[in-house]
Amino acid sequence: MKKIIALLFTLLPIFLLLSCSGGSPEAPDAQAPRRERGDVVTLNVYNWGEYISDGFEGSLDTNAAFEEYFNTHLSEKYGGITVEVNYTTFANNEEMYSKLKNSAVVYDIVVPSDYMIEKMIAEDMLLAFDVAADIPNYVYIDEAFRSSPYYDPTAQYTVPYTYGMMGIIYNTAMVDEADIGSWDLMWNDKYAGKILQFNNPRDAFATAMYLLGLDVNSNDRDDWAAAYDKLLLQKPLVQGYVNDEVFNKMTSESAAIAPYYVGDFITMADQEENLAFYYPKEGVNYFVDAMCIPKSSKNPDIAKEYMNFMLSEEAAIANAEYIGYASPNTLVYENEEYREYMGEFAIDLLYGYSPDEVNASYNAIYGKDASCYHNFTPDIQSRVNTLWENLKIADSTELWVHVTAGLIVAAVLALAIGTTYIKKKRSKFYRERDKKAKKS
Amino acid sequence: MKKKSLMRSIAAAPHIFWAVLFIVLPLIIVGVYAFTDAEGNFSLANIAALTDYVPIFWLSLELSVIATAVCLVIGYPLAYIIAKSSPRAQKIFIMLLMLPMWTNLLIRTYSIMAILDDGGFLNTLLNTSFHIVGTKGAVIFGMVYDFLPYMVLPIYTCVSKIDKHMWEAASDLGCSPVKTMLKVIFPLSMSGIISGVTMVLVPSISTFYISQKLGGGTFELIGDTIERQFVTGALNVGAAISLVMMVLILISITVMNRFSEGDEGGIIV
Repeated sequence: MKKIIALLFTLLPIFLLLSCSGGSPEAPDAQAPRRERGDVVTLNVYNWGEYISDGFEGSLDTNAAFEEYFNTHLSEKYGGITVEVNYTTFANNEEMYSKLKNSAVVYDIVVPSDYMIEKMIAEDMLLAFDVAADIPNYVYIDEAFRSSPYYDPTAQYTVPYTYGMMGIIYNTAMVDEADIGSWDLMWNDKYAGKILQFNNPRDAFATAMYLLGLDVNSNDRDDWAAAYDKLLLQKPLVQGYVNDEVFNKMTSESAAIAPYYVGDFITMADQEENLAFYYPKEGVNYFVDAMCIPKSSKNPDIAKEYMNFMLSEEAAIANAEYIGYASPNTLVYENEEYREYMGEFAIDLLYGYSPDEVNASYNAIYGKDASCYHNFTPDIQSRVNTLWENLKIADSTELWVHVTAGLIVAAVLALAIGTTYIKKKRSKFYRERDKKAKKS
Repeated sequence: MKKKSLMRSIAAAPHIFWAVLFIVLPLIIVGVYAFTDAEGNFSLANIAALTDYVPIFWLSLELSVIATAVCLVIGYPLAYIIAKSSPRAQKIFIMLLMLPMWTNLLIRTYSIMAILDDGGFLNTLLNTSFHIVGTKGAVIFGMVYDFLPYMVLPIYTCVSKIDKHMWEAASDLGCSPVKTMLKVIFPLSMSGIISGVTMVLVPSISTFYISQKLGGGTFELIGDTIERQFVTGALNVGAAISLVMMVLILISITVMNRFSEGDEGGIIV
């Protein structure tokens, strides 16, 4: 009986695994979708973490709202099917790309950033479609984002979702107001040990390159070497290279200075009133995250309905309020209630400093349009990865670590050799005693 | 007889299926990736590129050796005390030891960061300003905290199996309590120590989350390096590092097992 139960328990995970496969993205199917009345279609959406209104604290759960809207209003149009959204998240563009490229999972919607969209278009990973005709609500997108965006010049792959800029967050109680204004605050040794840096090569290198006046999309290997030297110089002052830990570290006042994105600053400022933010004068990165349909999608038609729904007034406002980034949707930023909810301070920060102005000021100084990221050539990409690796390895050994570890290994070895020696001696003693006993 | 073996193979089938699908097959894939380039041609470049990561290898090894030693120094007396207490108390102690493991390792590590940070809970509470998160000490602390139960449990099992009469016999033969401890009990619990050491050392070497959060990202352990390779799409180099890691761990476990086998029969001096 016991054995049967044990067997059942070993089989259980396999059954679970097999039956679970419906919940995760399915393997690609070359054939067009054959849907029948009553079918439940799963729409796989892959977005950044914390990047959609999820019903938290009474906000609108936009995914559930889409399901409800589709299943009541659009179901008949698509032959009586119902839709289920399978929403999963990623932490950075590279993770998303690597998952889409290297595994068999299928997504119907992904939301990459500008430079990653360029790369995916170049590698023929995205589906081209007539955006304006297929997505009626596209007309609400601000004209500036509609006419040939820099990452999608033919405007046939993307629907912009959010945009934002990078800047420096600082703690007014810990940082002298006289020191702010430039990227060099992050190299100011007055604040050694209180400075955070991005834990991704693209953004970390950009902070150094803006300060040095270099093009963040440079194809010159020497530019990257110069930025690397600058980052190496900064390393002793850095408390940590962080991703989302920045929220905790800034709101708990563990660190005083951090470069990050404005939308996240607005979230942090809600929790810690000493925090302030500025856009460094040397120029900053601005980015657009946009919804795209991967070529492997099985339900591009429903994906378009999803995009259209996300641009509708209620959903778009709920998302913009939740995420805290600027929305390219005119229905959002012209909405009085939304402006009131965000507050004048956040609205000024998000929308007052338009990407065009950033570009213009950057252009005036450096004579080039470089505030957004473009896709690297493979050569530069591997160069940047190597330099980033070197930065992480540099000066990372300390003497006490070697000494302690060495002593422990020496002690263990001494013990092992000692016991082996004693054992040998003892067995020799007994052998000889036995011999003597035999003789006598 | 035949029927029994049939039953046996039926019972083994799920395990074999599981092992092939989730252990052998992935290992083969790792091996293939390690020896090919991005286009799928045979290449030794990935293995050659490993020389760049030698300092990271060393750092990972050193930090995990220190963490394991600390675990042993704390864990052995603890395991001994638990094993010597009353059965009721033993249950409570073991439960207390396991209690933190009911919380996810990632959450525990993240909480340690929030507690020990420069402006964290402890610094605010004590009104101090010590700096530990971002240092190697914090990473060692995290490893010890997360993996201590893996050291205590095997030693506890081993010590509680030692015959009580060993003490009496030793003292009858004129052994002082300290000598009994060092020359009788400690050697008899060697197999528990060896498995404890293995179970702490191996996850410590390959950890990446602890070093990322508590090390502040200012240095990398080999687990971080492997993770970064896969995220940036350098699958082949990542696979090569993983493969070498596995071989190294395999070698060290074999060496350790040799020791414990050689000591069988006890090194009662």
